[in-house]
Amino acid sequence: MTEVFSTIGFYIFGLVSVGCAVGMITARRLVHSAVFLVGSFLGVAAIYLLASADFLAAVQVLIYAGAITILMLFAIMLTPGTVETGGQGRLAQKVGAGLVAGSFLLVAVYSLTGTNWSLSIQPDQPTTETIGKALLSSYVLPFEVASVLLLAAMVGAILIARDD
Amino acid sequence: MPLTLDHFLLLGAVLFAVGLYGALARRNAVAILMSIELMFNGVNVTLVGLSHYIASSVPLLGQIFAIFIITVAAAEAAVGLAIIIAIHRDRKTIHVDEIHLMKW
Repeated sequence: MTEVFSTIGFYIFGLVSVGCAVGMITARRLVHSAVFLVGSFLGVAAIYLLASADFLAAVQVLIYAGAITILMLFAIMLTPGTVETGGQGRLAQKVGAGLVAGSFLLVAVYSLTGTNWSLSIQPDQPTTETIGKALLSSYVLPFEVASVLLLAAMVGAILIARDD
Repeated sequence: MPLTLDHFLLLGAVLFAVGLYGALARRNAVAILMSIELMFNGVNVTLVGLSHYIASSVPLLGQIFAIFIITVAAAEAAVGLAIIIAIHRDRKTIHVDEIHLMKW
């Protein structure tokens, strides 16, 4: 019975995230795009919970739905007068993009469903402790490099966007 | 009908494809960055699904990968938006068609 519920939940949240993603790329006003983006991120967070990734679901809500969307909204507010307009070559660009994305989807679905995975479902357990231990033992070097990267990005963003 | 690995892989592929279409079809630089974030999400869904359904030598390897992807995506978004704001101050536009100084 639980399996049926999690499958139903997967379809609901998957439809929410894909629908919001489609809304995001078709909305003409950027603020609407940002709101759709939040919906897509929250749907993906629920999908993470269904894969028993509780820590990542919390990270997804905090970082993506919280921080990155606020950053996008700030950028939208700071660059006024940029409603998307039509114009020459607009249709050709859309058709080309659709061809590229569609052929990528075909190849990805074909290869992913055709692969013979050696499945062994992992037990449901809290992930935070395991991830924390792994980040500070096996992956301590990438962890430290990531902190340097974030510092560099912070300084660089301030320096580039500064009004001098 | 239980959830299978294919559900997660297909959702990840669809999200990535939608983001790819947006990144290629939109002309506003902020919209392109948003589409790229969507593509990151598609990849993360794939990694989390694989981490749930396939045993690895290190526990939760896919989720650790996803955490590093989120870190790099946050850094990329911050620097990218700073560049967009700098371009807008300089040229009063963020339409990628009109930013063609270095186009041959």
